[in-house]
Amino acid sequence: MRYLASLPYYVVLSLLVGIPVYGAVRGVDVYGCFIAGASNGLRTILRIAPAMIAMFVAVGMFRGSGALDAAARALSPVARALGVHPDLMILAALRPISGSGALGYLAKLLEVHGPDSAPGLLASVIQGSADTSLYIIALYLGSVGITRTRHTVPVALLAGLAGFIASVLVCRFTRL
Amino acid sequence: MANRTIEVEIKAKAGQAKEAFRAFGLSLTDLKSGLDLAMGAARTAQQALKAVYDTAREPMAISSAKEAVQLCLALAGSIGLWSGMAQIAQQSGLTALLASAIRPIIGPLFPELGPRSKSMPLIAASMAANLLGLGAAATPLGLAAMQQLAAESRSGAEPTDAMCTFIIITASSLTLVPTTIISLRAETGSADPAAVIGATILATSCSTAAAVAVDFILRKRGRRN
Repeated sequence: MRYLASLPYYVVLSLLVGIPVYGAVRGVDVYGCFIAGASNGLRTILRIAPAMIAMFVAVGMFRGSGALDAAARALSPVARALGVHPDLMILAALRPISGSGALGYLAKLLEVHGPDSAPGLLASVIQGSADTSLYIIALYLGSVGITRTRHTVPVALLAGLAGFIASVLVCRFTRL
Repeated sequence: MANRTIEVEIKAKAGQAKEAFRAFGLSLTDLKSGLDLAMGAARTAQQALKAVYDTAREPMAISSAKEAVQLCLALAGSIGLWSGMAQIAQQSGLTALLASAIRPIIGPLFPELGPRSKSMPLIAASMAANLLGLGAAATPLGLAAMQQLAAESRSGAEPTDAMCTFIIITASSLTLVPTTIISLRAETGSADPAAVIGATILATSCSTAAAVAVDFILRKRGRRN
């Protein structure tokens, strides 16, 4: 099953070769198109930078002030009731707000508990059950200059919670 | 003679002092180690103050802001590359091909996008990239889809229904093969790194289904108002 991890390399390679070849066959100005698309992409970076700075500072202060740890500690009775290791609550709380933070924390959990232990397996599933939703909302809306979020933030957080509960149930019933 | 009496007196006083110390359970060595302890505490306090000063020079807020810009710079290369690729794929009709294949599945999620919408091929391509675990390609495609959606709707300050649905589906994650997690598990010595694939697909399907359902309800309510 290890070969699955290298799947994206082959997909990336075939895309990087296949797309220009297909374009050339269809008579597209491949290089001109690439330059136009790439320069548009770089302009996007400038548009998303302010939103990224605002969100990273907010998340950094939330974590640095210990508010995240306090929230996770407050949730530890819930963890006990669910029969889940309290460390996993921190991972679940970190998941929607910080991609690198959650990945780093997962690496620590896998080292401490072992990747094939019950908490290690559940942590792996929780990490994969949702994406860094607040980052994606800031990135996608920031790229078109929209500052109102409508219902995206509560729905994304709810989806994260659903993913967490589903992870716990799936791991319990499959005895993973 | 007088000197001798004084000497004796001093000795007696010292003896008394020693006894007094002993009465308190102390000795001169205790006194010395106590002083050492105090000096150590002072040194620790000084170090702690220095640490506080150092963090105050670069507070969390500023290091986070720097991190955000570093991430943007790190993203710039892959966004540039994949935006270029996406442009070629769009111009050659490759994304339209992909969209017509996926449209029966994702079409109902975006009822306001007509069959001629140029956003649908980009949305389809971004979702396909996410499913394949190509985060680096999915993000520029997703941003291109957002720009196309914005161009088609002139939404102004508020995101449109289609934007909300697209963002929520992306945020709840679409993964067939969680490649980063598998390689992390392999690195930490797992006997079966890919054991979590099935459970992850199930869990992320639940989170995406919940997101789509709640989004569907909230969209309707938003329209009624």
